[in-house]
Amino acid sequence: MAAHPAWDEDGARLIIADLSHLEGATLPILHALQEEFGYVDPQAVPLIAEVLNLSRADVHGTISFYHDFRTAPPPRHIVKLCRAEACQALGCEALVEDLAREHGIVVDSHDGNRDAVVETVYCLGNCALGPSALVEGELIGRVDADRIAALCGARQ
Amino acid sequence: MSEAIRIYVPIDAAALSVGAEAVANAIAKEAQARGIAVELVRNGSRGMLWLEPMIEVETPEGRIAYGPVAAKDIAALFEAGFQNGGAHGLRLGRVDDLDWLKRQQRLTFERVGVTDPLSLADYRTYDGLKGVEKALSLTGAEIVEEVKASGLRGRGGAGFPTGIKWKTVHDAGATQKYIVCNADEGDSGTFADRMLMEGDPFLLIEGMTIAAIAVGATKGYIYLRSEYPHAHRALQRAILKARNAGVLGQTVLGSGKAFELEVRLGAGAYICGEETSLLESLEGKRAIVRAKPPIPALQGLFGKPTIVNNVLSFAAVPWILTHGAKAYADYGMGRSRGTLPVQLGGNIKRGGLIELAFGISLREIIEDIGGGTLSGRPIRAVQVGGPLGAYLTAQQLDTPMDYEALAGIKAMLGHGGIVVFDDSVDMARQARFAFEFCAKESCGKCTPCRIGATRGVELVDRIIAGHERPKNLAVLRDLNKLMTDASLCAMGGLTPMPVMSALNHFFEDFDRPPAERLPLAAE
Repeated sequence: MAAHPAWDEDGARLIIADLSHLEGATLPILHALQEEFGYVDPQAVPLIAEVLNLSRADVHGTISFYHDFRTAPPPRHIVKLCRAEACQALGCEALVEDLAREHGIVVDSHDGNRDAVVETVYCLGNCALGPSALVEGELIGRVDADRIAALCGARQ
Repeated sequence: MSEAIRIYVPIDAAALSVGAEAVANAIAKEAQARGIAVELVRNGSRGMLWLEPMIEVETPEGRIAYGPVAAKDIAALFEAGFQNGGAHGLRLGRVDDLDWLKRQQRLTFERVGVTDPLSLADYRTYDGLKGVEKALSLTGAEIVEEVKASGLRGRGGAGFPTGIKWKTVHDAGATQKYIVCNADEGDSGTFADRMLMEGDPFLLIEGMTIAAIAVGATKGYIYLRSEYPHAHRALQRAILKARNAGVLGQTVLGSGKAFELEVRLGAGAYICGEETSLLESLEGKRAIVRAKPPIPALQGLFGKPTIVNNVLSFAAVPWILTHGAKAYADYGMGRSRGTLPVQLGGNIKRGGLIELAFGISLREIIEDIGGGTLSGRPIRAVQVGGPLGAYLTAQQLDTPMDYEALAGIKAMLGHGGIVVFDDSVDMARQARFAFEFCAKESCGKCTPCRIGATRGVELVDRIIAGHERPKNLAVLRDLNKLMTDASLCAMGGLTPMPVMSALNHFFEDFDRPPAERLPLAAE
């Protein structure tokens, strides 16, 4: 994953201005900010609110509702592991236990020191070739704990 | 040098997930090293996902398939003359002769895997745009009538007649109307929308354009889940191409009728598959479910009359207009007309996309077509219709795939996803998960869902741990009834379906001595 530039208010204003003409522009703006900076800095809230003529509470409320939006810089690498029913049927919960026991990787734990984090998601649309993971935009099928650990390790 | 040999390597995300990109690169490299001219076409997937990456070679005898192919096999394949359809251990034969495909009735998926998804020329060659051309020769009311006569019902899960929804929007007086595609395919076990958007994106564009012409809408949105980056790219490119070719824009195919289309990304909220929540999200808000009425057909996006349909509903429409409503309605059974793209996943030997007329039994799909479990162990439970669908037993599999037949056994068809579990599954844990998922994904508006789901997790934990089982089971049944009766939308209202089916059909899993296992909360 490309390293993200540090939060920069002028850069954020440009992104917001660029998309503010859209109908219901909030989500496209939040996605664009997160793509640029890796997260949506809380300092963006008043900027978005002002341009879209919303209250800060409206914007904050939208950010906090959705699982995707982060409000702090992310770890360098994110492995999204599917733990929905179709992957459960292929042992993704045993995989999660193996990861913790054999590799010391606790899913959904953001302890701050790790370079990589494994996050739970529900369904990646690869239900006939699970368990599945999404790593930096790439879908990976038939994963096991070793593969996930390698994806974390190799990218540290 | 002779004419380039055309080789198809899927670009579908499922095929990529098991190495299709490396296969494509290996073919290009090996062909160059051998001085063989090759034209690589990146097609959609045929849906035989256990054979992915499945590559095809065009020969005078037709397209010959090989799979599952790994990059390391490529040198040997060239050695065996696969570029001319030569014999090799991975040779599957002519694609058109493959039994798995021959058993299907592909209408919506007729082009997926056949064409280059982003070639508008391919799309036209294979009958694309005939539906919208036909629509432009009809009045809006005539289009709506045709969709009604086809018997098409919403493929998102609720099964509401598409034509009636369209008529409501058609008859609504408004200066601005919207067409919204629900592409928030969040149900586990479903991937037909994804495969269609990646494998034939112009079909969705055409279906939405027909809807716009029918009801007089000029603006459309595809609300796509963020977990589908490959579909996002495919749609964006297809929309750009369609606009450049005059299929979208100020004058659709020169008709003077305008239709603009935009893809919007969700942000990881399952609830956005619920149509009113999706509309809130499109408006930039927290995706809190709206009370109905007013229905979205009258007051939808930004308060304007709006058609909200699933990807597969829109994608069925071009075929209906091209071939006629009756031809479509001739498929199916009872009040379920046409075909259903079934998605077979989970612990299954031959999983994938199977488009069939309604009415085939679950057993035929899972055992005959799917070949039983991947693990080789007996089937114990089958969840149909996503996380809010019922768990069925192996004895119930003779039920036909039909909205009413499944409702008759307290199950639902949903979006046509089937997830197979073998006998290692613990159904009490599955019931717990249904509540846990609801608790995580509830929008929080109504109390039965917001609070009930969390209480449900605690109840199942107590039952598993053996605390006052009879009493807690009584409370669990009571809670399920309350959530069913009093929730605002299907999230809270249907979470009891997997829970109650697990409880009723697999009671032994709730009745085991607690010493045999620990509840999740105690681990």
